[in-house]
Amino acid sequence: MTENFNDQPEGRVPARVIGTPPSNGPILGNEVVREDKAVPGVYPQDPAAAKRAERTVALLFTITFLAGVAFIASYVIFQVGTIDRTAASNYALGSSLSVALLSLAAGIVVWVRRIMPKYNLVQERHPMASEADTKEYVEETFLQGANESGFVKHKMLRRTLLLAAAPLGLAPLVLLKDMGPLPGTALRHTVWGAPTKDGKPRRLVVEGTGQPIRAADFNSPGGILSVIPEGYEEDLNALAKATLILLKFRPDEIKSGTNLNWTHDGIVAYSKICTHVGCPAALYEQTTHHILCPCHQSTFDAADGAKVIFGPAARPLPQLPIGIDNEGYLVAKSDFKVPVGPSFWERGDAEAEAREQKA
Amino acid sequence: MDTTPKAISGVSTFLDDRIGAGSFLKRNMRKIFPDHWSFLLGEIALYSFIILLLTGTFLTFWFKPSMGEVVYSGSYQPLVGVQMSEAYASALNISFDVRGGLLIRQIHHWAALLFIAGMMVHMLRVFFTGAYRKPRELNWLIGVGLLSLALLEGLTGYSLPDDLLSGAGLRITEGVMLGIPVVGTYLTFLLFGGEYPGHDVISRFFTIHILLIPGILLALISAHMVLMWVQKHTQMPGTGRNNKNVVGAPFYPAFMAKAGAFTLFTFGVIALLGTFAQINPIWLFGPYTPADISAGSQPDFYMGFLEGSLRLMPAWEINFLDHTVSLSVLIPALVPLGIVMTGLAVYPFIEQWVTGDRSEHHVADRPRNNPVRTAIGFAGIAFYGVLWLLGANDEISANFHISLYETTIIGRFAIFIVPAIAYFVAYRICLGLQRKDAEVLSHGVESGVIKRLPHGEYIEVHTPPAQDIADHIRGKAEIPIIESGVDGEGIPPKGARTALGRLRAKVSEAYGTDHVPFDEGHGHDEHAAIGAGDQSDGHRDGH
Repeated sequence: MTENFNDQPEGRVPARVIGTPPSNGPILGNEVVREDKAVPGVYPQDPAAAKRAERTVALLFTITFLAGVAFIASYVIFQVGTIDRTAASNYALGSSLSVALLSLAAGIVVWVRRIMPKYNLVQERHPMASEADTKEYVEETFLQGANESGFVKHKMLRRTLLLAAAPLGLAPLVLLKDMGPLPGTALRHTVWGAPTKDGKPRRLVVEGTGQPIRAADFNSPGGILSVIPEGYEEDLNALAKATLILLKFRPDEIKSGTNLNWTHDGIVAYSKICTHVGCPAALYEQTTHHILCPCHQSTFDAADGAKVIFGPAARPLPQLPIGIDNEGYLVAKSDFKVPVGPSFWERGDAEAEAREQKA
Repeated sequence: MDTTPKAISGVSTFLDDRIGAGSFLKRNMRKIFPDHWSFLLGEIALYSFIILLLTGTFLTFWFKPSMGEVVYSGSYQPLVGVQMSEAYASALNISFDVRGGLLIRQIHHWAALLFIAGMMVHMLRVFFTGAYRKPRELNWLIGVGLLSLALLEGLTGYSLPDDLLSGAGLRITEGVMLGIPVVGTYLTFLLFGGEYPGHDVISRFFTIHILLIPGILLALISAHMVLMWVQKHTQMPGTGRNNKNVVGAPFYPAFMAKAGAFTLFTFGVIALLGTFAQINPIWLFGPYTPADISAGSQPDFYMGFLEGSLRLMPAWEINFLDHTVSLSVLIPALVPLGIVMTGLAVYPFIEQWVTGDRSEHHVADRPRNNPVRTAIGFAGIAFYGVLWLLGANDEISANFHISLYETTIIGRFAIFIVPAIAYFVAYRICLGLQRKDAEVLSHGVESGVIKRLPHGEYIEVHTPPAQDIADHIRGKAEIPIIESGVDGEGIPPKGARTALGRLRAKVSEAYGTDHVPFDEGHGHDEHAAIGAGDQSDGHRDGH
């Protein structure tokens, strides 16, 4: 019954095989009479202490049983539907589940540590590398098989197989192409440049309420508004590029970086989309005129053309040319002159191009 | 019990007759697993992953990965009537209208944090004890792959609820992708199905998050386990332990039961966190819109180092030939990740090259016994730690009343200085601990007994350390140094003739030189001698 024992790779020291089966008998369940004999490296616990530990384990397992019942009961008793009821249900379910799991875990630990023997068994390791004769056999077989297959000898077979594999390998990549359209010049434009239905300039409206802004009403210096294009209040793709911050300055506060032709009565509009990685630059400090992006703290001087004064953004927030329509509401006079938002490969030095165009 | 119950013997015979399970069990039932608290760290990650699969499956039954707009009409009153994506509405629905939904959602999130944290500390354990050495380099590489994939899995996961916070993360992802030279714009349009945010990214991330990456993770984790099983676990140095054996408890029944208990502990602790520690309360953030953001937006902790490196970076951008290279995005997004992940992946091979050591190692090092490695590890932790801290510089600034810009400027210097300090300090601590070990071996430990010598001097009697402690200390293995000296005829060995060869020899010497060789038996002064008078076995291992 132990004739296979020697060629198993991991000889045990001490060799101890529980119920090793006869080669054609049942694997477990044969009549092996085992006495509890001392085995080196296995140190049984004191029976009296084990008996005491058993009571602890039984208590812990019983707690798990009760907590498990409590979990099911909580599911039935506590309904959800309001914040308070959800909270109650959450606490009831969660605490009963936690108690059940932790108590079961603690019980098993006591079982292992105080009822099972202490072990200090030793097993031998063997080098991972195969024996020399095994390696030799594998190498021979490999060469023999390679020659038998004719892959080496028949050049045309080999080369056309490689040829055949190349386009097939590319096929999955080709299939991914329709995941999205080509960028084209999409990143260079926003909806501020798109004509409205009635051909009038597009109005600026307040984000959230959708109210158009009468220039005369936005009259307290230091004021700031988050502004979106009329007609695109729910279009997230449009908002991701076209959202503005609108600021009101006293004339003497505006510095040379700001294009005065694009302002109206001290009202300036900048893109809200940070030129670093596109977060909305939403924080404004009235006393210093600093616009701060909360993501990575790029800071822009709103009074001076939103030029960068700190942080990782490399370019100012683009300014939108604004004016008023004949009813006195703020409108966009044209699209941004440069692409808004984060840098991208095809962007180039759009600011320089815009300056050249103007000159 | 003298016979196996019929129920078990019947099934096992059935299986054995068909797949020969007996010989597998014969080899593996009593497989020995060595014991050390630090070996449990990886198990935390493993069991967290199981919890993630279970809770994640539960969440998919209600979550709708769609960016289609709906008007919310569920139980959470403050948002009733608000227009939002179906994804966000269904995440609210899970939280407020499914019994146990909030609990499972929070357990899922906590398990994700613990999964990655568990992987990180497990990886540090393996690094500092040199358990990645031959023959375990492959398993180390699998581990590095697992960690990278887990970061991606986390990113795709917390983008799914489509609340204002998760949208901010998505926006940053888009901004970074746009910055990739040549192909960035195209990749972004492919991923988002057009312009940001589009209508596709949530459903695509959903597929990636619940199928693609978990599938790869499952395969790699299985391979990780199989390799660990086949190669047998490393063991810490100690009495009777060497590179040719493994000492510990058998898989059946002790290790099996312990592993089961530890699974339950992990699950239990995560359940406690999920119950009482609120995480990602998406209902407070509101639906995503690219026009808004809340101040103090923070990613999950494992993304913090990337966030920090983005914040640290000065505004560098190059324009040439009508093209833009956004260094202020590219460098922070790629360089730290590259340094950390590539550094981890190649470390075993660099160490082998430096030491010329091609032998198998199954006894783990105590971190102090390889001071250069430990110091490099701590420099790495410091590098990562500075970036991670700076990822929350707005919180630091607000809570400690430091100017926001100062935190950034300090960080720009700290990222270079702090790792250097950490290297030096860790190195010195290692040597100090080695000296302490050497002292324990040569002088013994303080016994608490004060003796008066005939000439009136008082001394404390030292006794030899306990056997297991002494053997643990003596487990310090020599670090090989490659041969570099000239031979008898003044010719250096072949490898050391080039500039690279000379560098290698120099590094090898620095890496392997033992500054605190043990000196047992010598220097046994009167302290030990007197101790030995009481303890008959004072020079047990003296030589």
